[in-house]
Amino acid sequence: MSRINSPAELESFRKEILSQRDPDKPCITLCSGSACLATGSGKVFAALEQEIEKQGITAEVSFRTTGCHGFCEQGPIVVIYPQGICYLKVQPEDIAEIISATIKEQKIVERLLYVDPNTGEKSSLEEDIPFYKHQQRLVLGANRKIDPKSLEDYLAVEGYQALAKTLFEMTPEQVVGEVKDAKLRGRGGAGFPSGVKWDFARNAPGDQKYVVVNCDEGDPGAYMDRSVMEGNPFAVLEGLMIGAYAIGANEGYVYVRQEYPLAVSNLAIAIEKAEKYGLLGKDILGSGFDFTVKVHRGAGAFICGEETSLLNSLEGKPGEPNARPPFPATKGLWGKPTNINNVETWANIPLVINKGADFFSAIGTENSKGTKIFSLVGKVNNTGLVEVPMGASLRDIIFKIGGGVPDGKQFKAVQTGGPSGGCLPENLLDTKVDFDELTKAGAMMGSGGMIVMDEDTCLVDIARYFLEFLSDESCGKCTPCREGIRQMLKILTNMTNGLGQEGDIELLQELAETTKGSSMCALGKTAPNPVLSTLKHFRHEYEAHINHQKCPALACKELIAFYIDPDKCKGCGACLRKCPADAITGEKKKIHVVDQGKCTRCKGCFEACPAAFDAVRILSGEPVPVAVPEEV
Amino acid sequence: MDIGKIDQIIEKHDSEASLLIQILLDIQSTNNWLPKEALTRVSEKLAVPMSRIQHITTFYKTFSLTPKGRHEIHVCVGTACHVRGAQDILATVEAVTGVKPGETDPDLQFSVETVSCLGCCALGPVMVVDGEYHGNVVQAETAEVLEKLKLAETAETLEKLKQSETAEVVNLCACQ
Repeated sequence: MSRINSPAELESFRKEILSQRDPDKPCITLCSGSACLATGSGKVFAALEQEIEKQGITAEVSFRTTGCHGFCEQGPIVVIYPQGICYLKVQPEDIAEIISATIKEQKIVERLLYVDPNTGEKSSLEEDIPFYKHQQRLVLGANRKIDPKSLEDYLAVEGYQALAKTLFEMTPEQVVGEVKDAKLRGRGGAGFPSGVKWDFARNAPGDQKYVVVNCDEGDPGAYMDRSVMEGNPFAVLEGLMIGAYAIGANEGYVYVRQEYPLAVSNLAIAIEKAEKYGLLGKDILGSGFDFTVKVHRGAGAFICGEETSLLNSLEGKPGEPNARPPFPATKGLWGKPTNINNVETWANIPLVINKGADFFSAIGTENSKGTKIFSLVGKVNNTGLVEVPMGASLRDIIFKIGGGVPDGKQFKAVQTGGPSGGCLPENLLDTKVDFDELTKAGAMMGSGGMIVMDEDTCLVDIARYFLEFLSDESCGKCTPCREGIRQMLKILTNMTNGLGQEGDIELLQELAETTKGSSMCALGKTAPNPVLSTLKHFRHEYEAHINHQKCPALACKELIAFYIDPDKCKGCGACLRKCPADAITGEKKKIHVVDQGKCTRCKGCFEACPAAFDAVRILSGEPVPVAVPEEV
Repeated sequence: MDIGKIDQIIEKHDSEASLLIQILLDIQSTNNWLPKEALTRVSEKLAVPMSRIQHITTFYKTFSLTPKGRHEIHVCVGTACHVRGAQDILATVEAVTGVKPGETDPDLQFSVETVSCLGCCALGPVMVVDGEYHGNVVQAETAEVLEKLKLAETAETLEKLKQSETAEVVNLCACQ
């Protein structure tokens, strides 16, 4: 097939692709997102190719690698259609059995199924796994069905239908109207209504305008955008083109972190293929609309997620922010009107156009519509990417989808919104997750990071961690951000080292308010949030650090000591052998003793002590008793 | 670094000054770091002042103005990895290699870097050694992976010494 010149040709090409595909023919899909590749998906791929040939079923099955399925903890993931049988943690040596049993004899390989850690129940179908069952994957759903490098696969799932509709059946005003009516809000963090933003750029005077995809996903602990970009780059490009048509732009940029090499390469392939088929470039689909797109790799700076910094970086300058106004909508890239949206926002656009504003706005809460992808990570059983309608409760996401906290530990807090967000405690678990409710609770939606913390996580340390990150990432252009963060970090570091002083909390609060109120860009304005939210909900932890040099979570290394309980120690030597610092003395059948001066608090002895003895204790805020190495 | 190669990279980007960051990224990925002569060449070819190049190469994390070790170790310290004990992994990496984050040892054996998120949060804590991902790592495993690398390096060095003329000198020293 060569260039597609009209919507009719697009449809006939789509029909041709679909006619060549038998929906009843077994199809093996293998997740090849970054996380699955890291757990050996590449080797599984080689084994699959080899085994399909060896068992002589090349003609009877189709086989494709796909983007991220979301259930990253369980990778590499293999799903077999049409049934949707889902095998997890698949290794190359499992492949022969999968093919001979499941493909040839329609039998399930039980040992590769999902087992619910709480009930012990197995699920053979993807849709029955609790992690997937409670999701609504409108944006992420296509990832598991298509090969991100195949334009044909994207066309088979209605790809480019929205673009054809936009270019031939809608005026730019109607497109903007549709996005406004859908009440789509930007998924990058601030939650600004996308249609309104588009309108600003559309109405800004100027012939040359730009559209930009922000894939500088810098929030530590969030990787939704990477998954969408890696797994379905055509959808992002289609959304971008629809936006360009609406705004009146003919050039676009995709700003993507170079730390995401697979996203960069899949995107480059998608652009090349779209150009080949005339779905990018001059006179797209014969509509007279021209659009070209360039990829810009980010060189590693968190601040570049901020619009004006990103634009400076695109121009080849250091990514430092500019004061707004003027907003990019009127004065953006090279001084021209520019519209920047996040990857997930752009990927929602084809959906809005295809299904209509009414469909989209029927999902979610009053002021937050559609679905949102979260990266549910940290101390949670089912870690991975989760897409739920706006308004789902934190409890449902963490416990129903995420399966709760592992190892029988107690849930302590959930951090949403990345370094700009906040930590919410257990009594706020019923908070509905949408832009406004999360902000009201003292956190924020952010780009969708959701980090679960259990009883072993120290919230003072978490606040310190975020400030350390932000202090490193602050560009230093404005003083409140540069100095405010640094001073807050100093206080928090002192606290976690047992050097907290009376008055520190008040000083922190004052610094936080000043930094928030007077920094130039969103980085500084939101930097104090982790401090303020932990202070609000976990003030007692701060007080314990300051007043009693105690870390209630037993996590701050300078505030804990490892002590071997003489009444429980059996003199087995397990801890002694494990200690990397030679800090434990003892002989067989004699009580072992930790030399506090040598101990590096690596926790090795604590983990090595047999559960039946449970002799190693972690102490904090109390003196370490003196033990004598006498006979057990 | 070969000047011809630098010129090739610059030409690939049409000698366009606005693509400075892309050019530097390509040089960095080809050469592993940015030597001064490469920066001077870029400055001349693109007519961009050296001060701006310095500003950019020190602003963005990816760029390195010093040579990197033969083995690059990245320890993810993103939030998800942090709550799962990334600091302990980093401490082990430091202890085994003797190299602090952001630094390289004088023998150019190891470079250690921290990364704020690799986007493999489900596998946290994550360590990447020479491009190979190690997910859900514990301290013992970290030490093992690195010790193996060290042993391989030592064996390689000895092998090289044996093959070269200096082997004789080494033997002499050993006799004494």
